[in-house]
Amino acid sequence: MTTLPNTQGAPVDDHHAHDADGAHAHDAHGEHAKYKFLQHHFETPAHQFDSAKLGMWLFLATEVLFFGGLFVAYAVLRARFPEVFTYSSHYLNTLMGGVNTCVLILSSITMALAVRFAQTNKKNAMLICLVLTFMGAVGFMVIKYFEYSHKIHENLVWGKSFYVPPESEEGQAERMILEKPLPSAPAALLVVNPATDAVPTLVTTPVVEASAIKAASSAPKGLATARQEAKAEHLPVAEHDLALAHPTLHLADPKMPANSHMFFAIYYCMTGLHGIHVLAGMVMLGWLIWRGARGDFNSNYFTPVDVGGLYWHIVDLIWIFLFPLFYLIH
Amino acid sequence: MAHSNTPTLSHTRGDDSAHQHTHPLVGHLVPIWLFMAVGGTLLMLTVITVAVRYIDVGEFNIVIALGVAAIKATLVALFFMHLRWDRPFNLLVFLASIVFVILMMSFCMMDTAQYRSQQFVGNAPDVESTLQSNAPGAPVARFKPYTP
Repeated sequence: MTTLPNTQGAPVDDHHAHDADGAHAHDAHGEHAKYKFLQHHFETPAHQFDSAKLGMWLFLATEVLFFGGLFVAYAVLRARFPEVFTYSSHYLNTLMGGVNTCVLILSSITMALAVRFAQTNKKNAMLICLVLTFMGAVGFMVIKYFEYSHKIHENLVWGKSFYVPPESEEGQAERMILEKPLPSAPAALLVVNPATDAVPTLVTTPVVEASAIKAASSAPKGLATARQEAKAEHLPVAEHDLALAHPTLHLADPKMPANSHMFFAIYYCMTGLHGIHVLAGMVMLGWLIWRGARGDFNSNYFTPVDVGGLYWHIVDLIWIFLFPLFYLIH
Repeated sequence: MAHSNTPTLSHTRGDDSAHQHTHPLVGHLVPIWLFMAVGGTLLMLTVITVAVRYIDVGEFNIVIALGVAAIKATLVALFFMHLRWDRPFNLLVFLASIVFVILMMSFCMMDTAQYRSQQFVGNAPDVESTLQSNAPGAPVARFKPYTP
């Protein structure tokens, strides 16, 4: 690590020495007198700024490792249950995830602009950019709220609750399927057609056999292969994913692989932790807006805006990795 | 003498007010067009990533997705987070954290691959009991194919 040059040439622990040559003491004290923000344990504003930046980067390193542990958990789970990830990712709305990604990227742009405007003394522009960044964060959380509430409503949650049919009307239909004795061939599949005001209609459709879905312990070929096999046997297959068309019937879906709840476990862990970081970022941005409106930041002292921006960019960076891992599984 | 934070303009080019812009006391000023260019590239890469998801290249899908994500992350780190012009030690700290995550992931994946044959098959006890009470036979498909 490079050390900053001691421009005064005086001993660093002797800033307030009142020797015969008053020039040393005056120079050493002069910087602190000139800049109110300069704390006593830093020699120059550049020293203080560099230290603040380094401190923030060390914290960001811990954040990378914080999420790194969860990324490792994701990797282990996905190596263990690839078919679970391929199947369950269809319950996630790629459009909402993509919009969230663009919202965060735009908020990163406005945050970087806010730092620049702080550096060039443009207080109003800086405040506008900080407020826009804050609104990006709010938009992200609103979209996340819609995603989560929809999933929780359908009982697409972690753990054993995944296997409890939800209390909605569709859930009751599921419960009817699961509790009554199964007919022999031809099999019946209860389908909820959204086009007809959610009135369930019985559709007699031959479905893929259980053994066509590979067990979790062996090497699975995934949902696409199951569909290809069904096509090869001239069985009618839904044009788009059954899960996407009828998202409430994950329990009655014969294509659902075992241990599908694991996907939602890691999904909520990672995106939830990221959401908490976005909330913390909103608090941080609110603090920066308040201090900025008070007039604390200018071209001499913009460090809080700069290091706050670093945190916000890390939040964006983590989402950049989360998005393809959850929403773009083929 | 001055006990305030308010800076004086350190650079004025004559009386041309259009040319006056304040230089920060510390750090480095990034031009606005560069922010816009990097931001636009990031948005384009996002669109590309989503588009590639609908093309089937088999094993390479995740490689491409993570590769594009890595490029986006590099752009954000270098330009938005200022590492391009910052002290190299900050970049070293950031890269070191990534190296350690990769180290952690490598060992865990080696473990997973090594002990794959000894992994438990089936559900956890809580999940199993819930399945028995709520969804007997689920989630493995229970229906048999139609045989005329």
